[in-house]
Amino acid sequence: MSTPQMTQVEGYNFAYLDEQTKRMIRRAILKAVAIPGYQVPFGGREMPLPHGWGTGGMQVTASVIGTDDRLKVIDQGADDTTNAVSIRRFFAKTAGVETTEKTADATLIQTRHRVPERPLQNGQILIYQVPVPEPLRFIEARDSETRKMHALREYGAMQVKLYEDVARFGHIATSYDYPVMVNGRYMMTPSPIPKFDNPKLNGMPALQLFGAGFEKRIYAVPPYTEVQSLDFDDYPFEVQQWEESCAICGSDHSFLDEVITDDAGSRMFVCSDTDYCRERAQSNREQAQENEQ
Amino acid sequence: MYVAVKGGERAIDNAHALLAERRRGNRDVAELTVEQIRNQLPLAVDRVMTEGSVYDPELAALALKQASGDAVEAIFLLRAYRTTLPRFGYSEPLNTETMQIERRISGTFKDLPGGQTLGATYDYTHRLLDFALLAEGETPPSLETDSAPLEPCPRVLELLNSEGLIEQSPKNDERPRDITREPVDYPAERAVRLQNLVRGDEGFLLSLSYASMRGYGDSHPFAGEIRSGQVTVELVPEELGFPVVIGEIVLTECEMVNQFHGSKTEPPQFTRGYGVSFGYNERKAMTVALMERALRADELGEAVNFPTQDQEFVLSHTDCVSANGFVSHLKLPHYVDFQSELEMIRRLRREAGKQENNAPASAVEEKTV
Repeated sequence: MSTPQMTQVEGYNFAYLDEQTKRMIRRAILKAVAIPGYQVPFGGREMPLPHGWGTGGMQVTASVIGTDDRLKVIDQGADDTTNAVSIRRFFAKTAGVETTEKTADATLIQTRHRVPERPLQNGQILIYQVPVPEPLRFIEARDSETRKMHALREYGAMQVKLYEDVARFGHIATSYDYPVMVNGRYMMTPSPIPKFDNPKLNGMPALQLFGAGFEKRIYAVPPYTEVQSLDFDDYPFEVQQWEESCAICGSDHSFLDEVITDDAGSRMFVCSDTDYCRERAQSNREQAQENEQ
Repeated sequence: MYVAVKGGERAIDNAHALLAERRRGNRDVAELTVEQIRNQLPLAVDRVMTEGSVYDPELAALALKQASGDAVEAIFLLRAYRTTLPRFGYSEPLNTETMQIERRISGTFKDLPGGQTLGATYDYTHRLLDFALLAEGETPPSLETDSAPLEPCPRVLELLNSEGLIEQSPKNDERPRDITREPVDYPAERAVRLQNLVRGDEGFLLSLSYASMRGYGDSHPFAGEIRSGQVTVELVPEELGFPVVIGEIVLTECEMVNQFHGSKTEPPQFTRGYGVSFGYNERKAMTVALMERALRADELGEAVNFPTQDQEFVLSHTDCVSANGFVSHLKLPHYVDFQSELEMIRRLRREAGKQENNAPASAVEEKTV
């Protein structure tokens, strides 16, 4: 994969981590790919960014990135949020790789809280930053217990939790970090993406890697793997819908952020995926020009 | 007026420049040197070294300067540096019996072989602000006392050991697992627990120790011995095959003596709690010893009734770098998740409203409970 080389930041290896560490992380990734949805413990390193700010995703990215990769980093779907800028800069600085904001052009995409709207292709890798890798954590706090529950495929407690939602509210009231079953075996958290994005995980042609830095876990969904969101026959899984469309590109099918525009409570809705919105707005303009001609 | 928080590289660069400006403070005041911090704020340096897991007073002082005196931020800086350092090898276990003792006290025996010496301590100072320091008065003349280090002396708990009154210190020749290289799984062995505690946040451990002494746990021990001083560090280079001294470090070590009421298989005897820290960080060494013992409840067959005795609860939350990172990550945007919650709440309220209009009053009341 990557050849060690000195880059702009003196005294640090290519992509910050030393080659031994990368090798250890790649082994964990290979195991994770071989057992889809299973959380592989790894010797997570301390990164120069705080825990909870993407150190897991960064360690995965650092371990798979090569000199000819093009990296895209998004946070909340946007390339220009401060933490996305900060992480993109980190790799531009320590690996000297090309970066891009275009989903289509990226070979690696590190993300926090969103899956890009544009369908990903085989050959691309989507790397999720994961704060809490354990889907059962808020049902059972102890890792020693949850590991047993996974081993025994004892997932009834989660179904009960979802059922309690149905009984109380008439729906499953989980709106993000919505649990899924991977390859019919392991329950997995897709990280705190909105459940709107869950269907995109199913059968995705791109490789999906998940890194939780301070919990020291890596897991993966290989390309074209079945990923099913939990539900009931009579209460099927459903995603968020908006009555509004994007105020910039007019999209009525993407995930929209609500932006409050003044202190009188006026608001507008815009695509959370900035690259998708930009692409659509551009093609709208081209369309309009063509029509004029 | 709300403006969407989107920051480019310029915003970040400007923030860094502002931070540097604020760190420097009023330029009419002379800049603090790393050497001054190292020499005159040694306890701050000791804490940063201990939780940063690097014995390097100069780097710890630099980290404190760079972090504007914020211990947690300084520890983070040192840790992030430490993680990139190559491992040349593992030192031999330190022999603290040969410590050049500067301070040694025991709460269990009035007099001991080797004696006690108070050393430099805040313990018996009256906490009265010294306005002479404010006036930048003269430093007091150096004392003429017999402050030569004590002769190397055996540890107090070994005196009990010879009578069989205290458990044997668990011996294990296996190389301890390095928790900065390997993930921890639970239940964690003692070496892992101790590493974790020594790197743990001083404030968190202090409060947990306090809680366990006040009854949320069963840990109200005696301070068998606290000692501070220099110890030599030895390493066996592969090509030599015998130990060579690679340096000297200052350590504080604490051994606590706890009651143990015995079990079906074991007669009553005292048990140990062990703590250590870099430098003169005595508070830290004591809290490590207290928590080390509290976390042995399970293996000693004591009831685990409180969080202070619960390995996963304590060990997963000791690290100030992790804790600070995760709490501060709430400052990152969460608007996608929040949007999802908004949509959900609006929908649930809409539906609750509909039901309210249709349902009899009693049913509505029940729903809103």
